[in-house]
Amino acid sequence: MRLSRWLADRWVMIVALLVLGYLSLPILVVAGLSFNRPSSRLSYDFHEFTLDNWRNPCATSDMCDAVVRSVQIGFIATAVSTVLGTLMAFALIRHRFRGRSGINVLIFLPMATPELVMGTSLLALFVAAGVPQGFWTIVIAHVMFCVSFVVVTVKARLAGMDSRLEEAAMDLYANEWQTFRRITLPLVLPGIVAAALLAFSLSFDDFIITNFNAGTTVTFPMYVWGAAQRGIPPQVNVIGTAMFAIALLLVGASSLRGRRARRAALAAPVAAVGAPKSAS
Amino acid sequence: MRQMGAKAQERDTPAGDLRLANLTKRFGIFTAVDDLSLTIPQGSFFALLGASGCGKTTTLRMIAGLEEPTSGQVLLGDRDIARLRPYKRPVNTVFQSYALFPHLDIHENVAFGLRRRGIRKVTEQVDRMLALVQLEGYGRRRPAQLSGGQQQRVALARALINHPQVLLLDEPLGALDLKLRRQMQIELKRIQTEVGITFVHVTHDQEEAMTMADTVAVMNAGRIEQLGAPADLYEYPATAFVANFLGQSNLLAGEAAGSAGTDVPVTAHGVRFSVPADRARTDRGPVYLGVRPEKLHLVDSVAQVPSGHQHVEGVVTDASYVGVSTQYLIRTGWGSEISAFVANTGAGRQLPVGAPVVAHWDARHAFLLPREAGADSDRTTPLLDEQPPVGALS
Repeated sequence: MRLSRWLADRWVMIVALLVLGYLSLPILVVAGLSFNRPSSRLSYDFHEFTLDNWRNPCATSDMCDAVVRSVQIGFIATAVSTVLGTLMAFALIRHRFRGRSGINVLIFLPMATPELVMGTSLLALFVAAGVPQGFWTIVIAHVMFCVSFVVVTVKARLAGMDSRLEEAAMDLYANEWQTFRRITLPLVLPGIVAAALLAFSLSFDDFIITNFNAGTTVTFPMYVWGAAQRGIPPQVNVIGTAMFAIALLLVGASSLRGRRARRAALAAPVAAVGAPKSAS
Repeated sequence: MRQMGAKAQERDTPAGDLRLANLTKRFGIFTAVDDLSLTIPQGSFFALLGASGCGKTTTLRMIAGLEEPTSGQVLLGDRDIARLRPYKRPVNTVFQSYALFPHLDIHENVAFGLRRRGIRKVTEQVDRMLALVQLEGYGRRRPAQLSGGQQQRVALARALINHPQVLLLDEPLGALDLKLRRQMQIELKRIQTEVGITFVHVTHDQEEAMTMADTVAVMNAGRIEQLGAPADLYEYPATAFVANFLGQSNLLAGEAAGSAGTDVPVTAHGVRFSVPADRARTDRGPVYLGVRPEKLHLVDSVAQVPSGHQHVEGVVTDASYVGVSTQYLIRTGWGSEISAFVANTGAGRQLPVGAPVVAHWDARHAFLLPREAGADSDRTTPLLDEQPPVGALS
């Protein structure tokens, strides 16, 4: 009787914990394997604990070149797609123009199209246009699919924003630029940051589209794919774990900052709250 | 950017009256504000009263600069500000939803206007302003951490700190509960007297408008129906719309045939009444004879009607006891219903439903309004069905 009551109160949380465990198990395996000294090149068993992989993450110079290249592509693609996507989101939310609803549909196209189709058609385009494949064709391809995600993410944030706040700012002597700088941008910024993070992670791990348009350039996902044929060096797990840790730190830091600000604000005026003065 | 003056002295110099001249705003084919002209004297508390969609908020937004008029002028003193951007007008607004900036704390919300005008030392002024609205010590909080009433006061402080020449209030008390609203009404009136700024207050709450404003303008369909002191509007309304929107009225449909000396005789439903000529908006043709429900006195028989009083005979069909008074519905001999409020002084007795009564009033309390030919039935607020269930108690 008491057990069933206990279960009834907590089953949602138990299910949530199970799902969370299911989601993080592969990541834990990767983190564990980053401390492994494999017995042979093609072995994935945990053989022996070592810090060698972490001390020397660039086992093969190819791998580190590929990581650096992926980060470069990721940064450029993120920057370009975030700026373009944010501007598009503003245009779609704030302005009424001919073809607006058409664009709203087109935005979803890169998300809905199979990557394989997009990769091959881009390749066909580049070949037909005589553009040599390499670093910059990868960037162009990544910007293309990242923009959609940025537009959708920023649009959602912008749509939830009360336009009366901007009117209030203008009423309080802020000109158009100051209104954008002081009110609109800070309020939309969380959406833009989320969009940028999403764009970077999409770009960093894309394989299919990249593989079609890379020419001889090798990105990190392509390196891992290639290495899998002859045995993955354990340092790949180091890179994976490090990326995960950085992402976790970023999210953790931002939520901690928000919580601290809230608590500080609540703690300050305790004395004044108790007895508001009478109206007279 | 600086022409409204960064220095307090310059800003405090009286700008003169706010005048709207032939102000019109059309959205497509819909005319929201129709050739509106009015003068709001400097330092007065002015209320724009009307039902939703009557154009009062559009008028306010045109004064604030958030809406550009289709034609007409908004004059502050001698200067036409109708085409200036909102941030170039010495006008501030308290928005209906308060529109506090959620990412800034209360101190920065209040300081926003000062900072945009390049004033660096704001702390002292902000603290003084927060004290005025009784929110000392709340500066570090975020808007979401305050109650509705507190947010409302922050919105007020944020606007007032700029010493605008005109303060616009867009239904600022609509979101508050009744008790808080009453308190804020008194508070707003006190602050207005203290700072001496012109307040333009938009509301659909007639009681709120009458409590607070020196002058009330009743708006309907983009036009002003009547403008005046609350008591004048209430005691002697100019149109049937005003008579029904501002408080309640019994309007009897009748015909007037020109004044006879100091009185205007009216025939309604075959009964002859008379109204003093100085209480008649018209003395000829189709008219409404109006009497406020609280001006009606109820007695048992015609013999008890004092001389100089007019009367109507009827039967009580509904009695609602509301504490301070009892509200009766009385079915007249010709079938329509009129409403009467009897103050609960403890002197009279409660009349039961079905009791025959005579309702009488001092002729000087009645008023005569023009009636559109064709609007033949009586009008009583709250508007009643043609045949309400007899004897139904609310």
